[in-house]
Parts: sequence; C-alpha cells; structure tokens
Amino acid sequence: MAIVKPRVDAVIVGMGWTGAIMAKELTDAGLRVVALERGPDRDTPTDFSYPKVADEIQGSVHREFLQSLSKETVTARHSLNATAVPYRQIGSFKPGTGVGGAGTHWSGCHFRVLPEDLALHSNMRQRYGMKFIPDGMTIADFPVSYDELEPHFDHFEQVCGTSGKAGVINGARIPGGNPFEGSRTREFPLGPTRNYLGAEMFHRAAREMGYHSYPIPASNASAAYTNPYGCQMGPCNFCGFCSDYGCFNYSKASPNVSILPVLRLRKEFELRANAQVLRVNLDRARTRATGVTYLDAQGREVEQPADLVLLCAFSLYNVHLMLLSGIGKPYDPIANTGTVGRNYSYQNLNRVTLFFDESVQANGFIGIGGGGATFDDLNGKQLDNAKAGFVGGGVIWARQPGAGPVRGITTAPGVPNWGSAWKQGVKEAFRHSFYFEVQGSCMSYRTNYLDLDPTYRDAFGRPLLRMTFDWNANEIRGSKFLVGKALELSKTLNPKALSGDAKKDGEHYNLTRYQSTHTCGGAVMGADPKTSALNRYLQSWDIPNVFVPGANAFPQNNGYNPTGMVGALSYWAAKAIREQYLKSPGALVHA
Amino acid sequence: MKDSDSADSPLRRQVFKALTFVPLSAIGLAACSNEETAGPTRPGVPPKEYQPAFFNATEWKFLHAACDRLIPQDDIGPGALQAGVPEFIDRHMQTPYASGDIWYMQGPFIEAAPQFGYQGRLAVKDILRAGIGAMDAHCRRNYGGKAFAELEAVQQDPLLKAAEAGQLALEEISAKEFFSQLLAETRMGYFCDPKYGGNKDMLAWKMIGFPGARADYADWVEVRAQPYPLPPVDLAGKRG
Repeated sequence: MAIVKPRVDAVIVGMGWTGAIMAKELTDAGLRVVALERGPDRDTPTDFSYPKVADEIQGSVHREFLQSLSKETVTARHSLNATAVPYRQIGSFKPGTGVGGAGTHWSGCHFRVLPEDLALHSNMRQRYGMKFIPDGMTIADFPVSYDELEPHFDHFEQVCGTSGKAGVINGARIPGGNPFEGSRTREFPLGPTRNYLGAEMFHRAAREMGYHSYPIPASNASAAYTNPYGCQMGPCNFCGFCSDYGCFNYSKASPNVSILPVLRLRKEFELRANAQVLRVNLDRARTRATGVTYLDAQGREVEQPADLVLLCAFSLYNVHLMLLSGIGKPYDPIANTGTVGRNYSYQNLNRVTLFFDESVQANGFIGIGGGGATFDDLNGKQLDNAKAGFVGGGVIWARQPGAGPVRGITTAPGVPNWGSAWKQGVKEAFRHSFYFEVQGSCMSYRTNYLDLDPTYRDAFGRPLLRMTFDWNANEIRGSKFLVGKALELSKTLNPKALSGDAKKDGEHYNLTRYQSTHTCGGAVMGADPKTSALNRYLQSWDIPNVFVPGANAFPQNNGYNPTGMVGALSYWAAKAIREQYLKSPGALVHA
Repeated sequence: MKDSDSADSPLRRQVFKALTFVPLSAIGLAACSNEETAGPTRPGVPPKEYQPAFFNATEWKFLHAACDRLIPQDDIGPGALQAGVPEFIDRHMQTPYASGDIWYMQGPFIEAAPQFGYQGRLAVKDILRAGIGAMDAHCRRNYGGKAFAELEAVQQDPLLKAAEAGQLALEEISAKEFFSQLLAETRMGYFCDPKYGGNKDMLAWKMIGFPGARADYADWVEVRAQPYPLPPVDLAGKRG
C-alpha cells in the first residue's frame, strides 16, 4: 500500500536548473510546491568545499557529482534493426544527480540562441529550397520567436551573473561583442572573464582570418555579484576544477548558488531528496495527471497528489517518464506516428589540440569552465550552407575548463600510450598545449529517436530508455568543414604539432568518448501535435496539467550549449503557467 | 577517608582531562604502529613496505613488473614503482568503484562494437585479477614456465603491446580490455593525490608541473613570460 501524501498545487520532478526555476516562479505565484529529487541534497559548504572538491579521483574517476549508472541508465544502438546494449560506464554524456543536477557540474557556457536558428527549417527552405533538406531529416522551427524569449534570456543571465560582452543592444552594434547575435535589451550583468593564453591566441588567430571573435558568455563570475534574488557570487579564481565539479568558490552559477538559497527559506516549498519518481499517475480517462509515485529514502512507495506536474529531470529522463507513464503517444519511426521519443538529437563536437615548445606557458591547469573565445562567422545565417555542404552551423572556440593529469593529458601525434616516450610526451604537453573545439549543430532524423528498451531494466524494474542514434552524412560533412576551419585557424599560430579529429565518412557514434552532455529532443515543442509532444509553452498536448521543460524540447540542436536556452524556455513556460494556465487550467494552445 | 579515590579527586580529574584532549586520530595511530615499524619519521629506519590486501603474492609481482614497464624510472622522471602505483592500485581495488558501483552491471551481457564501451560482466577489480592470471598463464605456457614478472623487459614489452593492440588471445578475458584498465589504473596511481597511496611526494606532479590542489590562479591567468612558479600542494596541505 502506497503512502499517500497531502495534495499540493504542484509537484516538481528533479531539482536541477529547470526544477529550481519552476519552484521559484510557482512559489512566487503563491503555489504550494513539493520538489522530488532522486539524488542527495547538495550544497556548497557540505559537498563542494575546498580542498576536498579539488580531487580528480573523486570528481573524474569515481564521478561523485554525476549520476551513477548502477540504478538507471539508457541503452544505445546505431540503427533500427540492431540490438541495443546498456550505456554501462559514463562516456559520451554526463547526466547529473542530486540537488542542483547537471547544473552543479556544468562548465558555465551560457549562450542565448541565434534568432534564425529558432526558425531553422524555414530559414533553410527559404535560402536553399526544400531539396536542400535531405530525406529523413526531420528538423522543425521552434514554435517561439527570439523576441518572445528575449526577456527570459535576459532574466536568466541576471540570475546567473553571466559574464560577457554584448554585441547588439536595441539594434545597435557594440564593439567587442558578437555582431551576429540577436538584439539584447542591455549589457551582460558582468564584464567578460579574463583571457588565459589559449583564449588570447584564439582572438589573435580569428582576427587574422577575418572572423569576428568575442568572449564566450560565461556563468563564471568575473567579479563579485548579487543576483536579482539577492543570491551572492564571488569572482572566479580559475581553480581548474570546473566541468565535472561543484564550485567551491560560489563563482559558477548553479541552482544551489543562484536560486535555492531563496527557495529553501520558503514555507510554500518543500524539497525531498533521495526521492526516486517512478511514474506520473493519470486519471482513468487518461486526460489528467493526478500526481506522481516515488520511492522515498527508505524505499517506501509514496504517492504525491498534485494539480500540476512539472517534469524537470534531465532531458533523457523526462522522455523516459513520459513513456513509462503513458503521457502522449510513443513515436514509431516505421509508421512515422506518435511524438514521444521523436527528434532525438545531440551535439557535433570535435577538438583540435595545439602543441608548443617550452617557452609557451599555456598552463592548462588554470581553468574556467565557460570563459573563452569564439565566433559566429560559420554559424546561423552567416554560413553559406550550400557552399559548406551541410544543414546547420556551429562555433569554433577556445575553452579551458581546467586540465589535470588524472583527467588525461592529450599528447602530440605519434606519442605512444606508455613507456619513457609517453612520459616525455606528457611532460612536454601538459603546460605547453591548449585546444580549440568545434561545436557543431546536430540535426534530427526520422531514425534517431528514443523509446523503451525491450530487454534491459533499471533497479526499480522499469524498462530502460533506448537511444537509437548515429551520425548522418550531414553531420559528418559539418564536422569535416568545421574541423578544417579550426585547423586553418590553428596553423596561423605556428604550433610545433597539431592534432585534429574530424569525423570520417561512415563513422559511428562512439559512446565511450565524451562529446558534451547536450542530449536534446525526444519530447519536442512544436506547432503541430502530430509531430511534437509539447506545445509552445512546453505543455503536453495530451495531458495539459503536465509541463516538460528541458533540452528535450529542442526539435534539433544548434551550435550553442543548451543551458541558456533551457533556462529561458523554463521562465517562458513558467510565465504562461502563472499568467494563463492558473487562471484557466487546461490546454494553452488549441491545435 | 581516601580523597584520592573519589571521583572528584584532583588527580582523577587531571587524568581524565589529559585523556579527553588526546585526539582520537593520535590514539588510532599509536594503536596501529609499534616500535619496530614506526615509519619514515625515524631517521635511519626504512619505511615499512606496503603489504597488499587485495592482490596475492603472485599478482603483486605481476603488478610491479607491469607498472615498471608502463611507467619506467628514467631521466625524464620517476617511475611507477617509485611513485607507489602498486599501492594505489591495491587500495583502489578495495573501493566501491572497483566493484562496479557506478556502472550498470545488469545482464544480459551481449558483445557489441567497441563504440558501446565495455559490455562484460566483470568489474574493474575482477578484470585486473582475471587479466593478471590469464597473462601469467600465457607466459608460463610460452616462456618455459616463467611468469610475466620473471621475463626480461625485452620480452615483457611486446606482450604488453600485443595486449594493447588486442592481438593477444587470453583465456577468460579480453587482453585489450585488461590492458586498458591496467593502464588507466597505473596512470591514476601515478598522478593521483598522494592520499590515495600513489604519486609519492608528488613526484609525478613535479615532473609535469601540475600544482595539484592549489586551485587558485587568479594572479596567473594573464602571465605569459614566466613559467608558473609554485610547487604543488596536496589535499592534506603538504607542499611538494
């Protein structure tokens, strides 16, 4: 017999960025909110304090701050007819767990979106004709415009204390920023972070190539800051334990630093950690959610009734919960019907490493997760796609989140993996190399999707989520094009050696290599309920008291990191709930 | 009347006070050590050699021999043995990590392309144990009954290279998977914080110039001309 808790106005599944934003906005509106987080409670003094957090074995081998795959994971396969096998060890992507979620161990790259990337399908069709979009590619416009999202992009940056340089304010160009960005209403909350050598060299090389480089917007504070909620941040000291780690310095924006200090004091808000949600419960007619069922810290099954259910788990697990709970129709790639699981996409990431002699002090151990340099000359409408030969775009950047020898030292081409020559190789590379990366867009396809695995189960007896995903020719061409440009850029700096790894024809998706945690799509927002699981307010088309904010809503992924967009979409959805849904609960869009 | 026996006697209070203020860690240390093996603080007495708790004597010899080939001592810097890598690995094999606590370990176990990662049923500690046994068995069959540790370096290196390339057929375990885990553990032990038993005296950090747990470089972000000047510091606050 399940324990039944008293009904609340809203239950939130997951306490990462989207959960914290929703909890803040809904308690602001006077709702009583319970948040259920599958992992432990986490905070700076208890979990991320110095020096204990500066431990590579704990952070990057035992992966203390990431999701353990022992209880829940996904299975993966490259094609429809293959048998999927489990993602048994962390590799390609790193979901978080615990209070703060992946928002504790992210890097801090905090982009908005290029206005034209929200209308990607229309943009490609208008510029190159329908024939330019390959068969089987299922890209779509976001059902929301940049102008609608601008206040929410702005607010999320204010909450995060994002450091950067505006390129366009109210239509006017500002020197030093990105001239191709969507117009902002004001400057960043903080000025750009300082340049380590790799970023300085990137700017120099980009100028030489005629690119318009700008500082990566970084939610790693460049100065002391107090956000609109009164939460305080300290200046980033470039500690070098950023990606994979919680910030000991209150410098990297996170739900824990930027929102939870306010939430934790609110009577209307209750946070239950170690609460593993098993499913969303629906009424008999399957038209409304009645709440959720979860396992509490003692392993007891508990039912939490609620009027509103917000799925704020990591994107993949949002889709998993929808499929397990019968919210929306599962996507079938053969019949091309259903929506939940449709349009799964990822990120097209590749790296080039530049090696120098001992006179060049690159000091990769000095690190800041989000800070660096990039340009948009090969992204959005700046890219001549017909000439480049692929749909989408991407950025090239210098980033340096902090290197440590346990995390691995990239050695110059030809250096073996062990023995004296390896020692010589790591000694030469460690302080005297830096890298540039290309972060390319990843389109969505009819055959890249998510569903439930027929064989493997999680520790709670539920089928695992199954990911069917592989690289398509469009992304391979994108990788070759962008890596080619990155190599050209790198050569202007005369490194003594250079390694690059563009994808090769026919190359398959490799789950063992980290390529970003930007798993997107699977429960996408759209204008048509036949091809999208969510409407423009991230509300389920099928069960209107369920909202699903997250990168799962992206119909395809662009060349930027998703967090800025995820935060903005969450505030956008929260506004719709506050101003429209609460007044008249029901579908906000009638198809 | 015997005041000194009463619970409130000044003597008793002094004894209790003294006991109360002895840190628990010191009591623990005193209980664990004895006069003969008091450790490196006593001049002229060599530090007590680490005794493995996970590996048996044969495995321990293999581990020393293999680590010594993977990261040899040379003019470039310290070797794996000098840095305490076998001790790290022995201790690491006793952690939940080595038993697979962050891996998905449920079957069925199906062979898959290498892009899907290790799909076997063994955790790290079992991979190492099975791999060491299989490598030694292979050596005994092919080198006149000699174990890996008894071979010359010129015989050991090709065996390691063959394992790395997946060109060594072993019973029970994929040589490539075994080698990959062995190399990963060896590198970890070489470069870890000394609290884990490897990287003794921060020797490997000093070789490459890693400042360890300093984690504060605000004053050095824009310095270009000089090498970073400070030696490493470890999690215990010790300077290298």
